[in-house]
Formats: sequence, C-alpha cells, structure tokens
Amino acid sequence: MTGAAPLAELDDLRVQFGAGPDAVQAVRGVSLHVMPGEVLCLLGESGSGKSVSMRALLRLLPPQARVTGGVQVEGQEVGRLSGRALRALRGGTAAMVFQEPMTALDPVYTVGQQIAESVQQHRGGTRAAARARALEVLDLVRVPDAARRLDAYPHELSGGLRQRVVIAMALACRPRLLLADEPTTALDATVQIQILVLLRGLQRELGMGMVLVTHDLGVAAEVSDRVAVMYAGQIVEQGPVRDVLRRPVHPYTRGLLASVVRADGVEAPGIPGSPPDLRRPPPGCAFAARCPAAVGACSAAVPAEQKVGPGRTARCVRVGESVAA
Amino acid sequence: MNSQTLALPAAAPVRLPPRPGYWGMVGGRLRRDPVTVVFCLLMLAIVLAAVFAPLISPFDPYKESIIFRLKPFGYRGHPLGTDELGRDILARILYGGRSALLMGVGPVVFAGLVGGSLGVLAGYAGGWVGTLVMRTMDVFYAFPSVLLAVAISGAMGGGMLNGMIALALVFIPAVCRVAETATTQVRGLDFVEAARATGAGHLMIVRHHLLGNVLAPVLVYASSLVSVSILLASGLSFLGLGVRPPVPDWGLMLSTLRQAIYVQPWVCAVPGAAIFVTSMCFNLVSDGLRSAMDVRLR
Repeated sequence: MTGAAPLAELDDLRVQFGAGPDAVQAVRGVSLHVMPGEVLCLLGESGSGKSVSMRALLRLLPPQARVTGGVQVEGQEVGRLSGRALRALRGGTAAMVFQEPMTALDPVYTVGQQIAESVQQHRGGTRAAARARALEVLDLVRVPDAARRLDAYPHELSGGLRQRVVIAMALACRPRLLLADEPTTALDATVQIQILVLLRGLQRELGMGMVLVTHDLGVAAEVSDRVAVMYAGQIVEQGPVRDVLRRPVHPYTRGLLASVVRADGVEAPGIPGSPPDLRRPPPGCAFAARCPAAVGACSAAVPAEQKVGPGRTARCVRVGESVAA
Repeated sequence: MNSQTLALPAAAPVRLPPRPGYWGMVGGRLRRDPVTVVFCLLMLAIVLAAVFAPLISPFDPYKESIIFRLKPFGYRGHPLGTDELGRDILARILYGGRSALLMGVGPVVFAGLVGGSLGVLAGYAGGWVGTLVMRTMDVFYAFPSVLLAVAISGAMGGGMLNGMIALALVFIPAVCRVAETATTQVRGLDFVEAARATGAGHLMIVRHHLLGNVLAPVLVYASSLVSVSILLASGLSFLGLGVRPPVPDWGLMLSTLRQAIYVQPWVCAVPGAAIFVTSMCFNLVSDGLRSAMDVRLR
C-alpha cells in the first residue's frame, strides 16, 4: 500500500455551521485517506461528523457551512474546482449512495430515465445509448427482470430494489470512488445484508475505493478494510478493521463495542452520559467527561493522534498503557 | 470480467421492450374517467360555441327591439328570451363566451408563467432572493383579491386588456406562493442532492427535478383559478370596469338583468348559469387531469 497515491484524502478538515458563538463545529480536524480498491468505514453515532466529512469529499455541504482544510480526490483539490470540473467529479470520478431510497429517487421519473440522465450528463451520447447503459447497470446490481423495471416508477419498487437502483445510479458512470451514506439503515434487516454483500462484491469487481458511513458495527465488520471511529467531530481511532474491533485502544471504541446487543440476553452496558455540545466543545479530549479511564491530563488539551501499531492511530493520552494492558 | 462489465457494448445493441409512454398512460387513464371526459367535451362545446358564435347564433347580439323586451324562454323564436333592450339572450350568451373565456384563461396563463417562475426561483434560491420575492408577493396578498383587481383596473381605466392585466396581477402572488411552497418541499429531498451528487448543474436540477415535481401542483392550482378569473372578470364588468357595453359579456349581462329579476327570473339566471357551468367544467377537468397526470397514483 505504501508508495501508491491515495484515491481521496482529507487533511485537517474542519467544518463549521453558522457563525459567532453559536456556530456548531461539526468536524474538528479530520485527516484520513482512502486507497484505490479499499473500503474505509466511518463509524460513529449520529452527530459525530461522519456524514459531513464524507459530503465534503464531493463539496456537497450547504452554502452556510464553512470548510477549511484540504480535500483531495485523485490529486485534485476539491475546494478549488471550477463548476464544470466539479460536475465531472460528482458522479464521474466519485459517486454517492444515499441512505433513504424512498427520497433519493425522483418520484416523477422512471428509474431508467433517472439513470440515463446521469449517463448523458457525463458521457453525452444518444438517449438510446444511455438507456441501454441504464439497463446494463440495473443488471449489474442484480435487479431481477431489469428490462421491465427500467420503465417502473420508484413507488412501484420495494425498498431493497429501490436501493439497488440508487446504487445503479451511482455506478452508471464508473466512478473510482464510491461514497455510501448509511446505505442499509433504512432497509429491512433481511435486505440489509443482501445490499451489503452486493456493495462489497461490486466494489471488488470494479476495483473502486469506497467510503462507507455507518453507526452499525456489524456493517463495519462485514465490509470494511479499515475503520475510522469518529466522536464529536474528530477521529478517535483508526486502523485495520480486525485490529480495531478485536483490540480497541480508545475507551470510546471499547464502549461502542460493549454496547452491541448480545444474543445471550445480557443487557448491554452502554456508555453513560451524552456527547458534548459542539457549539462549545471541551478544550481537552471530547470523551473525557464520559470516559471511565479519564485522568487530569485528558481535559487539558486535545490528545494528539498517536501511532499505536501498523497503520493504526488513536487519540488518547493513555494510549501507551492500554496497548500494554 | 471486471472492467468489461461496465463498458458500453460497441456492437449488438440491447433490445428493449417498447416504452408505454407518459402521455399514453395519461390518455389511458382519462378514457377510464367518465366525469372528466364528459366535462372535457362540455368545455370543448363551450369553447367551440364561443369561437363559432357568428355561425351558430340565431340573431345579431346587438339588434335591439323596443317591443320585445324581457320576453320569456321560447318567445317568438328567442330560445332563451330577450333582455331589457330586446336583444336575443342566446346570441349574447354565445358571443359573451368569447370575452368570458379570454378573461378566464388569459390572466391565468400569464400569472402561471410569471408567478410559477418567480416561485421556483424564490424557492430554489432561498436566502435573500427568496425573501425579496416572497415579501413583495405578500404586499399584494395583503389586499383582498376583488378589491385589488378593482383598484388596478380602475387605476388603469377599465377595458378588457386592462382588466386582464389586473387579474393577472391578482393571481401572480397566489401562484407564486404555491410554486414556492412546492419547490421548498422538493428542494430539501434527497433526490435533489442525489442529482447534485451525480453532477447535475443548477439549470438541470431546476428544469428536470424541480419543474417535474412542481408543475403538477401549479397546473392544478392554476386551472382552478380559471373559474375564479371568469367570476372576477364578470365582477369587473358588473362594476363597469371590464368589458364595456354594448359588447356582450356574461358578467355585464348578469349586472344589467339583475334589475329585471322580478319580471323574468329565469331569463336573468341564464348568464349566471353560463358562468357557473363554465367554471365547473374547468374545475372538474383540472381535477381529473391531476389524477391522470400523477404517476404515484395507480
């Protein structure tokens, strides 16, 4: 992996909504990268800044968001792209799969029209060619009887099929980076796993890099190569999925893993307290107030990212002790 | 297999089944909706009667008669009687449909185009553009619509064209508000962001996704305004601000015949009935169109 250029990179990304003392600091210095052909999972609870970080990769944040820091996709600085280059990036180089398949499709157009629209946008060509391409991608995402479904309106499809269509739309122009924002959250449990397997399979088959946002540890364990655990707008722990989920270093990650519902009926302990108000983030570690292992140094300054193993970092002052333990 | 799967096939184009087509579906649904079909035909009949009034009218609508004033239905070949100047009511109803339809449809079309565009602009742009547009509309909204129409056409000096302009100005804020509301609702939905995420520009999003979703409510609302417009136009003529006598107009006829209501009540009711039936046609047809055009209904 060393030596290869990353497909996408965030460098000290900071995103703030609003201005003045009540501005919400949604993302507070996130640095990460995705290699080609790799699945990075952004894991965290709602409000931890994972979706915002991902949207920054396509510059999809609302105009009132103030973004600082570097955002690069395939070596291009996304913040400095002109309108045309930005449109080529969106959907062309990088595409996004949305959480809610109900609302991610325009109800007044057939699914074929919607896929074809993006194909024509990026590749030009005739309407018939775009339609043929739409049929191809529907086949690719294993929509049964795709030729008939091409002329179906979104409301005529089930949730799982709709999400397949959303994925097909994202894949229509062969993106090299796929961003998926909680792609299975809105689906039935039985359909979730099918969609995950499909996403993972397509990602391998097409050699795409992928960023997957989720709050579901099971999803992260299932499909990702690396995970980045986010808390209160920062990455608290990052590393290969197996290492992080088997031997978590940061107390927050440990708390998350302990909160998973267990089959044996033992009640999950959960993490006491609630995340800090991001209008006034604490000066030190954001997790200190809820952390069972907090010491005085935790509240003094934000802990720096420390290397705790090959490709692994964590933001915790007691990192040395926990690795030893 | 990997890179080939997604490449466009150079040869052997994929055979696709024929598409049913959007308008085909709308037509098919309309055919199965007898109420809409009947009122559509009735509306067509009214329009044709107005257009071909000179050909089918039994009398000259301007020809007065001192002797045969305010006669009942069927009197001496006047199927709908005569008015206070002895003119044939049927002829005047036929000719009067011209101004009624013009005053009914003209202002609505104009207001639909202007108000609809302004509303979509305000809804999509939001921010200070949206505030500027919508607050300006609110100023117009503060006046009762009849009063505003009377004031504007009064200030511009009556006449048919001025009446139409006045009515259009009355309708623009209402259409604008409907379009703005619909746009704001649609703008926040994921598919607009999804379109942006697949590289669609502002023009594409507005033209394709917003108009596609906003057109239906605006169209339905505008078509219901047609009947309001006919009524308001009749009101303007009634007050002497719209069509000038002796030009035949339903509102004007209603206004002048009103004094004879105790002499010939049925004859006096005819122009009112004409206004009512025409408005009802537009309302029911717009209702039917809305159900037929909504892809979400089955």
